[in-house]
Amino acid sequence: MKTTIEPFWWSLFGAGGTLAALFIPITLFINGLAIPLGWLDAPAYENVLQLARHPLARTYLFLLISLSFYHWAHRFRFTLYDGLQLKHLNLLIAVICYGGATVGTIAAGYTLINL
Amino acid sequence: MSANPQHTPYHPRWYRASMPIFWWLRRWIHARFILRELTSIFVAGYALVYLLQLRALGLGPEAYARFLDLLRSPLSISLHAVSLVFVIYHSITWFNLAPRALALRIGDRRVPDKVIAGLNFIAWIGISAALAWATLKG
Repeated sequence: MKTTIEPFWWSLFGAGGTLAALFIPITLFINGLAIPLGWLDAPAYENVLQLARHPLARTYLFLLISLSFYHWAHRFRFTLYDGLQLKHLNLLIAVICYGGATVGTIAAGYTLINL
Repeated sequence: MSANPQHTPYHPRWYRASMPIFWWLRRWIHARFILRELTSIFVAGYALVYLLQLRALGLGPEAYARFLDLLRSPLSISLHAVSLVFVIYHSITWFNLAPRALALRIGDRRVPDKVIAGLNFIAWIGISAALAWATLKG
């Protein structure tokens, strides 16, 4: 089982890593620093809601958030495995990491559908 | 390995070097590798914050305003500042490794690594500038 499913996890890791590398720094900077510190004006609530409800925006947000979670799951799993030498807990770690990312994905889907 | 190895009559123990947990702190290049791997925590951490912001957006103007207030707290600002350093480190290391994952060929020539990495960096800067400009325009 392990040998057949690894490329699948790797592809999610790779896609998430690329999306995160391209989009997360600027998103974090704008929403987490520039707007809260008053360097940029916060866009009006109605405008943000309208933009986020666009089907393309929903798809983009879903992929960015979900794949970022799977990117973490795969990378963190191997960090624990190699870095902390937790080789005997391999299965437990995999279940917690990919399971956590799946829970996050369901939450993202639910939130974006009900937006 | 235990200090007092036990005698095993039937099965010889194979040799396996034991690794201390913090083996990667001994050399900078190893510590840098672990730092790179740890950027994934900040990537997912911010994805979660972003998801919570979208949830607040869906709950209505009051919930959204409360969330924006939360983002203005000194704790939030500090966490975001630290996270920004890590996610930028993720981007830089990711784009530098992109040529290893993606061996592009034009004809029978391989596209040089620097070109592939360079195109990634240009895309990154372009996307960042476009999103910043779009926010500025409101």
